[in-house]
Amino acid sequence: MSEARETVLARLRAGLARSPERRDAAATALEARLRSPRPGPLPARANVAGEARIALFARMAETVGAEVRRLAGAAAIRGELLDYLRCNNLPPRIVRAADPLLDAARLEEEPLLEVRTGVPEEPDPVGLTVALAGIAETGTLLLASAAERPTLLAFLPETSIVALPTASVVGTYEEAWARLRGVPGWPPRSVNLITGPSRTGDIPPSIELGAHGPRRLLVLLVDEAVAKAF
Amino acid sequence: MEPQSLAFRERAAAALQDPHLATALRRLESGWQRGRARAAAALPEFEALRDAAVAIKDHVLENLDLYLEIFERRFTATGGVLHWARDAAEARAIALRICREAGARTVTKSKSMVAEEIGLNAFLEANGLTVVETDLGEYIVQLAGEVPSHLVGPAVHMTRERIAELFARHHGGPLKRDSAELVAEARRVLRRRYLEADVGITGANFLVAETGSIVTVTNEGNAELTQGLPRVHLCIASLEKVVPTVEDAFTLLRLLARSATGQEFSAYTTFLTGPRRRSERDGPEAMHLILLDNGRSAMVGGPFREMLRCIRCGACMNHCPVYLAAGGHAYGWVYVGPMGSVLTPQFAGIERTWTLPTASTFCGRCQEVCPVRIPLPKLMRLWREEAHRRRLPPPVARYGLAAWAFLAERPALYRFVTRLAVAGLGLLGRRHGRFSRLPLAGGWTVSRDLPAPSGTTFRALWKARARSRS
Repeated sequence: MSEARETVLARLRAGLARSPERRDAAATALEARLRSPRPGPLPARANVAGEARIALFARMAETVGAEVRRLAGAAAIRGELLDYLRCNNLPPRIVRAADPLLDAARLEEEPLLEVRTGVPEEPDPVGLTVALAGIAETGTLLLASAAERPTLLAFLPETSIVALPTASVVGTYEEAWARLRGVPGWPPRSVNLITGPSRTGDIPPSIELGAHGPRRLLVLLVDEAVAKAF
Repeated sequence: MEPQSLAFRERAAAALQDPHLATALRRLESGWQRGRARAAAALPEFEALRDAAVAIKDHVLENLDLYLEIFERRFTATGGVLHWARDAAEARAIALRICREAGARTVTKSKSMVAEEIGLNAFLEANGLTVVETDLGEYIVQLAGEVPSHLVGPAVHMTRERIAELFARHHGGPLKRDSAELVAEARRVLRRRYLEADVGITGANFLVAETGSIVTVTNEGNAELTQGLPRVHLCIASLEKVVPTVEDAFTLLRLLARSATGQEFSAYTTFLTGPRRRSERDGPEAMHLILLDNGRSAMVGGPFREMLRCIRCGACMNHCPVYLAAGGHAYGWVYVGPMGSVLTPQFAGIERTWTLPTASTFCGRCQEVCPVRIPLPKLMRLWREEAHRRRLPPPVARYGLAAWAFLAERPALYRFVTRLAVAGLGLLGRRHGRFSRLPLAGGWTVSRDLPAPSGTTFRALWKARARSRS
């Protein structure tokens, strides 16, 4: 172990001035605390269920500049996507996650759409991926990295489209994380909480979208999709 | 960076003459200050969250040695490499070594106040590396050759016109007027930099002991591109950033954006746990973390421990009448506003910074809005006492204070002297009712008149009032 490490820890212990017994007791209490994490005060607004929760998620996401569309099932994704690309004057070229929900959308069968699976590169215009949860409290998406879901899909392209099974909308951040906890390989390397498109207030006077990350964020809420087993 | 804090008076005086700065600082009042009030009012649990946040931070500080050991074990288990640094020089040397071992030429960097604290950019550049800031505000400040003037908005002191000129000079092309055009231009220029960078440097808002994770928060998404595109991710964070669990991080995150900008949540909050995994196709191949002490371990056992609760939201400066008039650069070092007036003497030494804790009216708004309830006025007062003990303020101030203390400790004498002063000044000023000049009160009369006292002293009035009530 490094000399710097020993010096820093020794200084801390000198400052805290605990007896060895108290230190051991503290260490035990601390391990217990880490084994059963307890949430802090949770916003009552997030304590809603069913359609009210989905409505809260959509409203909060729209407040921060995301667009939200409700779809009956995976089969509706393709039409919605083409419509969105046309309306926003975007090239029909997307890079997508190799996720079963998106496989079910059968995007490759659309002759006017160029679809690639994998990691996006500059200047890929549109990234399409899947969120593991939607958090109603603030209209936030929870994305997690995996071999089939590169993180960059939601950061590099100028337009980000994220599919989310309606059944995966939860109330709070803690509920979303609790579903993630305990799965093999947990936590994933990168867990991204995304609330609206990229923004900056650094050049006055206005807030501008698309500073580095996506300028546009479209959330596709898919009703009849199976919620991911975390 | 050498602190310029002793020149606070001169720097503040110059800042007050700058009309652009006044406009820029007014935007903070109408934007972030009101934003915080709105966001706090919209969340009934806000005060309970503040109490919980204080409890979390205090608990961590009381057990910081243990939490750091746990964090180290779990961070290392995820495949990250942890480097302990006792001071700024050690941290800089480690950072350079990591960049050299990665064969780096270009380094991208998302905003990190700890990196500012140790002067990382200048050091890496002096050693032949190209360092590119990616937070837009930080990038603007870098182009201008300046330092950040605010924790959250490094370039809040700049006008759009000034930014447009900087961009035209550094990027070439015609002068742009529109903020959307300027943002698009920065996006284009920095996109190339992200792709050519060999190492990406980020700070951390939190370190989670439970999982060994690093948490970053941005609105631009620049942290994710900074750490996600190059081969090596280097994070630099200070000791007190550790929190026990992910749940604890969420409690603090609920306060962070609301206190800073009035947003309900920042656009991007990322939990990073280790480098790229074997099956993955993106993410950095290596992840390093420099854990910086730089005097913090000594603070844990001393009177400034509460300052280590700070989560760097900037609410104290957004609500400080001195900061909102003088701007961040008047403070002369990396940390500004009330939190800077407590931290800067800690890092740069009270001898070179004793003016900062005196640059406060002690109105107490900083403490009122601080999400983790740091008693900033109390801590500034501690520094004032220390400065006085070391005889740092000029003799006039010290003897004046000593004379006043002598009086204040003797109530009868105090009553006698104040009565005499009130009567004397009342007599002298009876013609005009005010003084435009007065010995020893030049600081007051230089910009306004002092009204001549009429009647009697406050204490006499108070006594008379008490009598008439009974």
